[in-house]
Amino acid sequence: MTARLPPGLQLEKVDDRIMTLNVGPQHPGSGHMRLIIKVDGDYIVSCDPDPGYVHRGEEKMAEYRNYITNIPHLERPVIHDSCNILYPYCLGVEELLGLEVPERAKYVRVIASELNRFTYTLYWLGIYGIFLGHSTMFMWPMGDREFAIDLLEKLTGARVTHSYFVPGGVRNDAPANFEDVCLRQINYLEKRLKTYADIFYDNPILIARTEKTGVLSREDAIRLGTTGTVLRASGVDYDVRTKEPYDVYDELDVHTNVLKNGDSYDRSKTPWLDMLESCNIIRQALEKMPKSGSVRVKLKPNPKGGNDEVYKRVESGRGSLGVYIVSRSKPEPYRVKLSVGSFRNLICMPYLLKGEKLGNMPAVYWSLNYWPVEADR
Amino acid sequence: MSVIAPKFRLGYFLKSLTDNIFWIIVLLTLVGIPAIMIVLFFIDLPVLDGVLLTPFLAFTMMFHPELAVPVVKSLLYSDFFRIAAFPGFGFAALLAAGTIFAERKLLAKLQLRVGPFYCGKFEGILQLMADGLKLISKEIIIPAKADKPIFWTAPVLFVATAAAFVSLIPVAPGWVVADLDVGLLAVFAIIGFFPIITILSAWSANSKFPFIGGIRALHQMVSFEIPLILSLLGVVILTGTLNLSEIVESQSNYWFIAFLPIGAIVFFISMLAELERIPFDLPEAESEIVAGWLTEFSGMIYGLVQLGSYLKLYAFAALFVVLFLGGWQGPMVVPPFPAEIITHGIEAGPITVQVPGLPITTQEMLNGTLWFTLKTVAVIFFILIPRGVFPRIRIDMLLSIGWNKLIALAFINIFIALGLLYAGVLGPGGLL
Repeated sequence: MTARLPPGLQLEKVDDRIMTLNVGPQHPGSGHMRLIIKVDGDYIVSCDPDPGYVHRGEEKMAEYRNYITNIPHLERPVIHDSCNILYPYCLGVEELLGLEVPERAKYVRVIASELNRFTYTLYWLGIYGIFLGHSTMFMWPMGDREFAIDLLEKLTGARVTHSYFVPGGVRNDAPANFEDVCLRQINYLEKRLKTYADIFYDNPILIARTEKTGVLSREDAIRLGTTGTVLRASGVDYDVRTKEPYDVYDELDVHTNVLKNGDSYDRSKTPWLDMLESCNIIRQALEKMPKSGSVRVKLKPNPKGGNDEVYKRVESGRGSLGVYIVSRSKPEPYRVKLSVGSFRNLICMPYLLKGEKLGNMPAVYWSLNYWPVEADR
Repeated sequence: MSVIAPKFRLGYFLKSLTDNIFWIIVLLTLVGIPAIMIVLFFIDLPVLDGVLLTPFLAFTMMFHPELAVPVVKSLLYSDFFRIAAFPGFGFAALLAAGTIFAERKLLAKLQLRVGPFYCGKFEGILQLMADGLKLISKEIIIPAKADKPIFWTAPVLFVATAAAFVSLIPVAPGWVVADLDVGLLAVFAIIGFFPIITILSAWSANSKFPFIGGIRALHQMVSFEIPLILSLLGVVILTGTLNLSEIVESQSNYWFIAFLPIGAIVFFISMLAELERIPFDLPEAESEIVAGWLTEFSGMIYGLVQLGSYLKLYAFAALFVVLFLGGWQGPMVVPPFPAEIITHGIEAGPITVQVPGLPITTQEMLNGTLWFTLKTVAVIFFILIPRGVFPRIRIDMLLSIGWNKLIALAFINIFIALGLLYAGVLGPGGLL
């Protein structure tokens, strides 16, 4: 009997002090995954994340669809950040097919992508609130998220799965009064976001609970390959938008928020600071955007790429999100590989949770800015 | 094997209702009323106001309602009424139901949503009834390896203990179910009973998450019982009695919160922890241990635990009012009973009805109940508010608050009480 059983089903030497908890998938604090946690009293001895519960084989399925029909398909892993997950794919396909994106489309893409950062991060923040037992912080972001969703609905026609980015631009132009409405709602949203500090980020109980828990040092953050908000919370000034600017991000003034401590509190605060920064980016983009012009280049039906491969990445709500496309002169891609921030941030979870108290588990787990469906793909 | 539920039709539903009502009426007339008559003929009936209550008299009350006043009065002062309705279970359950409704609407307003909205004509006021119906109609699932007798007994014991707590609360002068000379001691004893029930139910479920929740609840309740009891000693030192009614009477001039604010704060925080309310809801921490010690409860067992916990909430709020906010004491706002009704009778159009035996209750009782209810509602409001503002705290923070801070503060409170007593501010010859 040498067959290796999946983790959690292995027969192990039972220690009377150690209790194994299967947190998930049917657990209110786990998301679509399982954490196999061993506790000694109130302390976590080991944590074994077991992703894969919602694995759908997105990458394999993408090999049977052509470059255009892949668009609604590839946004499934993160339906509430769908513009950002399509962004690198579209950039890559544009390079493969040799398309030149119109100037207006580039700005519309930036706006849509930053708005999507709102819808994702507010959703994440709401769940972080309820994980810590703060029900107001669950309801407020969910309500305020509606403003960003309404804007995206105005822009794209869909509330969550937009399928808005296409190779060569965006699917349709922004409606006539979009600039005014967008500016008004972004200003209001920024005002609302600042009130979150009063009830959540400056809350003494929250600070006492999340400070100095799950500390990820600067060296470990780099060594374990984390990305996005987790990396920036550990004091590494890294943002794809400024380090490898794509589309028009080099023409915009993007400020990177870097916090030093690398604990759960900083990791939970960085996305909020990023959202405030997104307000600035959207305002700049609205100002610099050409007022008219085409937003899409005409595509041939069933376009074929050359014998080529391309890797493009963008900064999504969860960190750097890369897409690697291999083309073999066919209408379908030979291989599509997503390199997602969620999975890269999950890797440091067993290190962070070891020795923590069981009560810190949700605070550390969800501060990693992890979206299980994206990690499983 | 599964049974497909028949399609719901309002017409059938109404027909079944009317059918049921018809058969109930038929059975009552054919069996119930003869049975009542037989019983009335064979038992010794009470003498009310010098008149023997006969079945005939009872029937005449349908046509002369004023004759029922002495009956109502004797009912009002009976032990059964006290236990089941007014200062006891019914009153507490009513306030608890009001608390649940207020909690939902209040929290909804705080969180920019509407809360219960559709059930009932006004703002979803019947939502609780709908929830209760749902809980009653649900199947009770018991884990296969659970210790079934204890698993069944624990929720019932929980409600019974909460009801026993309620019975010690004096609502108005003379209106208390159990007026004990050791009332406060009985309160301590009852509070000490809750952790035992919790750990029994958690352990008997034979499941991991309830077990962790039960251990957490045990830690929390035991470590917060000490500051809770110590914070009340100040009041006992000042009044020199353990009888809750006498404690209220001694606050006729000044409420104890004016002299013992530290004790009141310590008691309030310990109360939140005993009630497992946010920020101290660790035993039910959803994101960590599913629902804590309530995880394996389903159907009406869960409903019973919820009922018990809200009765407990009312009892603790009422205890706070009794000990620190002067109980039923307050300015007389209820007008005196109009004397001309007693002397001249009630004028209803052309007829004047003489009602002997009015007023049914005294002015003091109504006024006391009013003030007591108002103060209790205010305290319940302050118990509910933290739920919208604070996240949950961690077990080590909780224990450190309980053992390091609250106990020290409770001792400071005792010294303040002793100082006030020996300085002669309070006590014999003092302000009270």
